Amino acid sequence: MRSEGSPLLLKIAALACVAFLHVPLLLIFLYAFTTEEKSFQFPPPGYTTKWFGVVWERQDIWDAIGLSVKVAGIATVLALILGTCAAAAISRAKFFGRDHISLLFILPIALPGIVTGIALRSTFGIMDIPFSTWTIVLGHTTFCMVVVYNNVLARFRRTSGSMIEASMDLGADGFQTFRYVVLPQIASALLAGGMLAFALSFDEVIVTTFTAGQQSTLPIWMLNELIRPRQRPITNVVAIFVIAVTFIPILAAYYLTREGEHTAGAGK
Amino acid sequence: MATAVSFQKISRYFGPVRAVDDVTLDIAEGEFFAMLGPSGSGKTTCLRLIAGFEQPTSGHMEIFGVTSEGVPPYQRNVNTVFQDYALFPHMTVLDNVAYGLMVKGIDKPTRHRKALEALTLVALGSFGSRRPSQLSGGQRQRVALARALVNEPKVLLLDEPLGALDLKLREQMQVELKALQRNLGITFVFVTHDQGEALSMADRVAIFNDGRIVQVGSPEDIYERPNTKFVADFVGSSNVLSPAFSKAAGGPEKWASLRPEKIGILPARAKPSPGQQGASAKIIAAHYQGSVTRFNTRTANGEVINVTVPSSLGKFAEGDEIMLHWPKEALHIMAGEA
Repeated sequence: MRSEGSPLLLKIAALACVAFLHVPLLLIFLYAFTTEEKSFQFPPPGYTTKWFGVVWERQDIWDAIGLSVKVAGIATVLALILGTCAAAAISRAKFFGRDHISLLFILPIALPGIVTGIALRSTFGIMDIPFSTWTIVLGHTTFCMVVVYNNVLARFRRTSGSMIEASMDLGADGFQTFRYVVLPQIASALLAGGMLAFALSFDEVIVTTFTAGQQSTLPIWMLNELIRPRQRPITNVVAIFVIAVTFIPILAAYYLTREGEHTAGAGK
Repeated sequence: MATAVSFQKISRYFGPVRAVDDVTLDIAEGEFFAMLGPSGSGKTTCLRLIAGFEQPTSGHMEIFGVTSEGVPPYQRNVNTVFQDYALFPHMTVLDNVAYGLMVKGIDKPTRHRKALEALTLVALGSFGSRRPSQLSGGQRQRVALARALVNEPKVLLLDEPLGALDLKLREQMQVELKALQRNLGITFVFVTHDQGEALSMADRVAIFNDGRIVQVGSPEDIYERPNTKFVADFVGSSNVLSPAFSKAAGGPEKWASLRPEKIGILPARAKPSPGQQGASAKIIAAHYQGSVTRFNTRTANGEVINVTVPSSLGKFAEGDEIMLHWPKEALHIMAGEA
């Protein structure tokens, strides 16, 4: 470690950055336990765990959580299938305009959500598609696919193309080759991509606003709840839940791809 | 002997590029056949045509008398040892070798027993439980070999099999591959750009250039009697001499080849003995290479001739006027034009 060599100023700057990023999160935890329900005052006048009980009783929260899990789950599955197919096509085949198509695949994640949202909303409008869970799923799949695509593409680039030929050469047909050679190679990339996709979908607000009908996903429910002046700490309790649900998969994805890098490097 | 692989006017185009251009070739059963040529000469594409990774654009191909157009790789009784070995990193060495048997649905005890036999054949019997990443380059190469051989192919294809190994290991593997092929009696077709490798291992060699075969023959044929300038140049850096030179030496006005090691050096005004031909020249450069010394010389009319002589005789230096001499029959007149 060379930490003793770093200048004091740098240490302060680093600490300030960490504080800037994480103090607001701590406040969310803090106000989940406050007894004051209309405004957030510091320090909180008293502490209680009753809000967890209130959340447990509220059916609208459970509905929102249910919808969010359903949407994120379906969007993730769709993203896994479409993203893998796209990555396979881009990495294996050579065709005219391949680089441009690759850019088009990545674009939805770079595009502001509001643009994606408006585009999807007007498309659904033109095509007379009624807003439902499925329109939300479609909207989320556009950007979920990108994370899967990126992860799997990176893995495909690292695996040798002759491995697929070797498998065919040894008598395996296309399905067997996919099952025994391709899938094990990309499994951790799929898991990582899938978890990131799930987390992305689970806390998405903007695209959801444009593609949802009457239903609200959990983030939408929270947004609505914040506008109301009553029982504010409920939102904080739900926020803790959202942090847990999104943070754990992202952390897991980080470690999985990191280890994947090791094995892939060693295999060469 | 039966014909193992037969190319009948086979061509393979990639867009406007003629990777393989009208190749006709028969490879006999049990033969150790080398495809030799510079990169991009079509030799690897020929190998991939046999394996089934490529389909011919035109022409007809048979493997042991069976038409192979349209037959996918997994239905051919042909196996390949890949240049980068293409071992499966997520499987143990034993499972890698057993893969071909596994996808054919052979039960686990049987396929593991056969895989172990194949590993023993390549002297890796105790490495079955390791991962490919834990093996050295030479060991991976043997695993790739065992993985192909365990399927008892009728033809084994080797794509630059020794390219990634260091010199010492390469020489050792050349001997082992040759012995293995003799013992198993399987037809080996191997692709290389290393002429030494081709000449030392193969029963017959095909020289490729620009998608065509320029010469097929025994290593001796190819080395001693190249039929074109290209072959003479490519196989063992021979001296290629102009038609004028051949004519002056008493032959027809055609391109000729003269092996550097067939030439001797005499002092400037010495006379070649009977049965020998000679030419005066000047040494431009001398390269000491251990057991031999290589001289670049130039004759009076500008012909550049390389000479390799044992270093023990090398008492000549740069700038010396000398007399080159060689046995008459060493000057090989080439039939081909280019």
